[in-house]
Amino acid sequence: MAAAATCSTGTRSTGSMVVAASRNNVTSFQRRGPRTSGTDSGCSRLVSISGTRPSVRNGQLLVSTGLPALDQLLGGGLAVGTVLLIEEDKYNIYSPLLFKYFLAEGIVTGHTLLVASAKEDPADILQELPAPLLDDNCKKECDEDICNHKTESNVKMKIAWRYQLLPKIEARPVSSSRFGHYYDVSKRIPQELIEASKWHGFFLPEKISSTLNEDPCSLNHGYIKLLQFIQNIIYKEGFDGSNPQKKQKNILRIGIQNLGSPLWGDDICWTENCDSNCSLTKFLYMLRGLLRTSLSACIITVPTHLIQNKAIIARVTNLSDTVVGLESFIGSEKETNPLYKDYHGLIHIRQIPQLNNLICDVSDVKDLAFKLKRKLFTIERPPAGNQSLHKENISLFMI
Amino acid sequence: MFPELNNLLNTTPDQVEQGKLTLLCDAKTDGSFLVHHFLSFYLKANCKVCFVALIQSFSHYNIVGQKLGVSLTTARECGQLVFLEGLKSAVDVFFRPQEEPHPLQFLREANSGNLQPLYEFVQEALKPMDSGEAAWRCPVLLVDDLSVLLSLGVGAVAVLDFVHYCRATVCREWKGNVVALVHDSGDAEDEENDILLNGLGHQSHLILRAEGLATGFCKDVHGQPKGSS
Repeated sequence: MAAAATCSTGTRSTGSMVVAASRNNVTSFQRRGPRTSGTDSGCSRLVSISGTRPSVRNGQLLVSTGLPALDQLLGGGLAVGTVLLIEEDKYNIYSPLLFKYFLAEGIVTGHTLLVASAKEDPADILQELPAPLLDDNCKKECDEDICNHKTESNVKMKIAWRYQLLPKIEARPVSSSRFGHYYDVSKRIPQELIEASKWHGFFLPEKISSTLNEDPCSLNHGYIKLLQFIQNIIYKEGFDGSNPQKKQKNILRIGIQNLGSPLWGDDICWTENCDSNCSLTKFLYMLRGLLRTSLSACIITVPTHLIQNKAIIARVTNLSDTVVGLESFIGSEKETNPLYKDYHGLIHIRQIPQLNNLICDVSDVKDLAFKLKRKLFTIERPPAGNQSLHKENISLFMI
Repeated sequence: MFPELNNLLNTTPDQVEQGKLTLLCDAKTDGSFLVHHFLSFYLKANCKVCFVALIQSFSHYNIVGQKLGVSLTTARECGQLVFLEGLKSAVDVFFRPQEEPHPLQFLREANSGNLQPLYEFVQEALKPMDSGEAAWRCPVLLVDDLSVLLSLGVGAVAVLDFVHYCRATVCREWKGNVVALVHDSGDAEDEENDILLNGLGHQSHLILRAEGLATGFCKDVHGQPKGSS
């Protein structure tokens, strides 16, 4: 959509910047309805893509992060075309969970996935995704249909004939059009869901074996390969609108794990004054460029607690759109704090993007704690300190 | 354009000061509203604007601009606005090597980066037309933002040189204005950024600083602005 018109123009001279592209100069940020007088956005073309919804604030297209509580804190969801940066907790226990929720949400809603990791094979990561908690009725019906191998769509109902008019539930356990699902971390995602989904994997040790031919441009070898891989997928599968008349539009969910860690060949976690200290920031900038011109959303986990140079952390934060920090209580003095005894850690919403808007949607409360209880990852406001230890989940005091 | 800010700065779109370098700075809060203000202000003042937008896409500025009463698409079509969309151009220059020099050529270079192609782009965009009769009031260069250039591997000195060249050409020679946004990293000890900020603070005529509240977060009040000239 966005780049469709302008990608085709070949040379880039300074004068060409002035020349507007064709009339269909729309980016992935579509506004719905007559909210603005701007006719340049062709808003009537907003085709509803499964698993997305427009933001109530500014018409921005949103996808779910896989955790409805987090969606609410981020103002409805993650905006398409943006990066969600997760600052890993100290022992990297809870950030992979958020990572997996994001990917699992993509499978359930039928989005295409792109999983990049330097540590684990993406196929293994997908095997460990949590199982979605679909409605029991829906699940039962799906199972029955699979067993019977027939769709029975033409059987007329005699008594409950009103139900015939309701839309049929999909026979195969594929894309759900709901926004935001709940997952059971104690169970694995069903194999057939993974097989029905479309995904691309980038496992660094496999991709980096060949020697680099192009000029260095001060970017880490692994990052260059990853950028090229992402750009290739976006272009080939038309997420940037390069094949407008083809199949139905879909979202590409990109997940990059442990970016900036030594496994990616980056040395910002070892020394304070490293030679290529702009490698990660350059990568994030190029990634932002790719995302803004395509229908995709990205989650990145970065071990910021390992980065030696504070300036780089600040720059990385500035180059990401949404930043969420996880702080687990394991091994810290907060573990014995009676206030936090039911919780596993704190979750900090450090930054929310202000897209298409002058101000952003900020939640009221800044102090939030998370806990992983039995099956669910929940986010709550911890009880106030002045009161007794009696737990009050509805109290509005901030610590 | 925010009327309150205009009152504070004692300007209106009818009387625009010329030959000034304005530094926008934000600390612990988002100062992009200042960029939107100046963009809509200068477009309403009938100036020719060259906007180097490195951080967000065109449609973002367009939509906010419409809320502030200017249409960037119209301005771009009639030639009043020259818009360099950094993100899109960066993707082009990185993945599809260009033969001719591109304003963001420094992305492909390994060392501390040369912003000369960018300067030449600005020069080309804002130079007065030879037809004699000036269609626009004065040229304005707006950059959002300069700190991201440091993240892209350009040295602080190179960025200062770029601003110096732009100031010499746009402010002195063509009696125009330059407005640039720089983030203040605060206690993050970003030396390069501090060099840039201090250097520009010294050169500029007006510094507008948006700070977060010292007492912390508050939902309704986002921060406090400070101005010094």
